[in-house]
Amino acid sequence: MELWVYAEQRRGKLVSASLELLGLARGIADKARWALSSVLLGHNVEVLCKELIAHGADRVYLVEHPLLELYQCEPYSRILAKLASEAKPEAILFPHTAVGSDLAPRVAAKLRTGLSAHVVNIELDERRLLRQIVPGFGGSIMAVVLCPERRPQMATIMPGVARKPKPDWSRRGEVIRVEEEVSEEELRARTLELVEEPPEEKPLEEADIVVAGGWGLRSREGFRIVEELAEALSAAVGGTRPALDEGWIKPHQMIGHSGKTIRPKLYIAIGISGEMHHTVGILDSGVIVAVNNDPSAPIFEVCDYGVVGDAFEVIPRLTSMLRELRGAQLKQEP
Amino acid sequence: MPYELVVCIKQVPDPRFISRIRINPETKTIIREGVPAVINPLDKHALEEALRIREQHGGRVTVVSMGPLQAEDACKEALAMGADRAVLITDRRLAGSDTLATALALSKAIRRIGGFDLVLCGAETVDGSTGQVPPQLAEFLGVPHVTRVFSLALKGREAEAKAALEYGYRRVLLRLPAVVSVIREINEPRIPSVSGILRAHQIPVEKWTIEDIGLSEDEAGIKGSPTIVSDVYEIEVRRKREVFQGPPEEAARWLFERIVSVLGG
Ligand SMILES: Cc1cc2nc3c(=O)[nH]c(=O)nc-3n(C[C@H](O)[C@H](O)[C@H](O)COP(=O)(O)OP(=O)(O)OC[C@H]3O[C@@H](n4cnc5c(N)ncnc54)[C@H](O)[C@@H]3O)c2cc1C
Ligand SMILES: Nc1ncnc2c1ncn2[C@@H]1O[C@H](COP(=O)(O)O)[C@@H](O)[C@H]1O
Repeated sequence: MELWVYAEQRRGKLVSASLELLGLARGIADKARWALSSVLLGHNVEVLCKELIAHGADRVYLVEHPLLELYQCEPYSRILAKLASEAKPEAILFPHTAVGSDLAPRVAAKLRTGLSAHVVNIELDERRLLRQIVPGFGGSIMAVVLCPERRPQMATIMPGVARKPKPDWSRRGEVIRVEEEVSEEELRARTLELVEEPPEEKPLEEADIVVAGGWGLRSREGFRIVEELAEALSAAVGGTRPALDEGWIKPHQMIGHSGKTIRPKLYIAIGISGEMHHTVGILDSGVIVAVNNDPSAPIFEVCDYGVVGDAFEVIPRLTSMLRELRGAQLKQEP
Repeated sequence: MPYELVVCIKQVPDPRFISRIRINPETKTIIREGVPAVINPLDKHALEEALRIREQHGGRVTVVSMGPLQAEDACKEALAMGADRAVLITDRRLAGSDTLATALALSKAIRRIGGFDLVLCGAETVDGSTGQVPPQLAEFLGVPHVTRVFSLALKGREAEAKAALEYGYRRVLLRLPAVVSVIREINEPRIPSVSGILRAHQIPVEKWTIEDIGLSEDEAGIKGSPTIVSDVYEIEVRRKREVFQGPPEEAARWLFERIVSVLGG
């Protein structure tokens, strides 16, 4: 019996959410005594098989074709559904990326099977059914979703909920090459190009410390106290939906339900009310710190250390203390 | 050329009051009391886009919704915004439908409406928020789809769409008929005008049962849904919740000590 992970690649590189997912899936596969397979579609991507195996796959189904170089929903979904109906995996997991969430539902509909989205955790029950934990209503409520009868069980998993496993380059695995014909005619929704600008800074989900600001900062100028604190801590900068709407942050910096799920060691929320849509993205953080001038703000319900006060008075003082400390540490290490 | 446009709208709890939603711990049912219902925000963007296409190219806009009788309000609001026709699939046997069953029912209703060039949906709902219905609907209708569209240009039997990626976008050429799901960046939905509201009163919302759309009982509701929700619970937060209130210098010092100990330890 097999558990499948969809290996998403862009421009010949595996997206990190797929590798994270292999870590999560490895745990499930071991418990259930299933083999873990990865399915990889693309053009000239054979080199990636090694990487998938190093991250935990026992087997890689590889489908290569020039027309599969970019994500093309129709042949991708057709081929995945065909492979799945032949090999009959117990379950297929996709990363809940822009592409994964476009592709997985189409495959599930072809297979007439169940699919859950935005999954934040998976457990295996005594019947070896996947208990898929899904946040609903903006994250305040969790639902356990099961697909008891039809197969495969399918889910798209939120990026950031599992850690990327350490690759073991000595692991061995099997590569199964599958030949498939693809025609131009089939590309009724044809991806012409990807226009991507990955940010230069370290991604939010990999940072140990994240400092985030919200509507309470009032202006672009005001938001600088967030950036200055982040700099003093060598932290990444994030924010809420209003901060994005105001243009203080970029889309990839938004944290929460429709943004990133992060799990830094330390998360500092400044001028953020703590609406569920936001806090669902920070629940797994190590320590949560909040500064807000409204003692009844819901952020105080979910934080470890909170300060009721004006961010413009508290944060600059905190920043200069941290800078001094850093200056002193630098002097001590000649 | 004129286009036959269909917009899928769902009635959902108003996201501004979403934190009021609770669970009855015994029955495990969701308590929505006191939470007003609205059109799913992204579905308004889908409707706005359809109205703009009609304004530019001509054609007809039909909204389809599946839900309880109260969802008639959502249909009325869509008519007030400018839709030409509204269909509500409403039938007790549809209760408990997951996305697959919902998409199947919507696809059957859309087939009954007649031919279409483009179906527009929201990229996700605020309650279920799976985003799965549009691709599944496309599969059942046998047409291509693109999700997370923020820019759409129709030219004859083709459409060029830009679909959001994590850092950028994907440019997609679509052959019509097709299904698209849209995100909020695509447009700013209009507010219904007084004349729109008056006009809406004149147009009846058509109500269809599963027989009307040719859906069998086995395909509807819980029976037609491969997934089940076996449990629901509210998130429990286990945090220290130490809160300091005092002069800014002391507050900064208090935070400083705690941050240093977190980072040092
Ligand atoms: C479907 C949907 C998805 C969403 N997804 C997301 C998401 O992914 N991420 C997200 O963040 N939001 C999301 N939202 C929006 C979310 O519901 C909240 O509206 C948002 O998180 C609130 O942002 P905020 O805390 O910055 O602003 P507000 O709620 O306005 O809070 C500002 C806070 O700042 C405090 N404040 C004001 N002045 C000061 C001061 N001088 N010093 C200190 N504190 C001060 C105020 O007391 C207040 O608590 C979503 C909403 C919907 C409907
Ligand atoms: N019950 C429904 N009635 C009409 N449209 C729906 C329904 N459920 C979902 N949709 C459409 O599908 C989109 C995505 O929904 P979902 O997959 O549930 O997140 C929504 O924004 C609607 O456009």
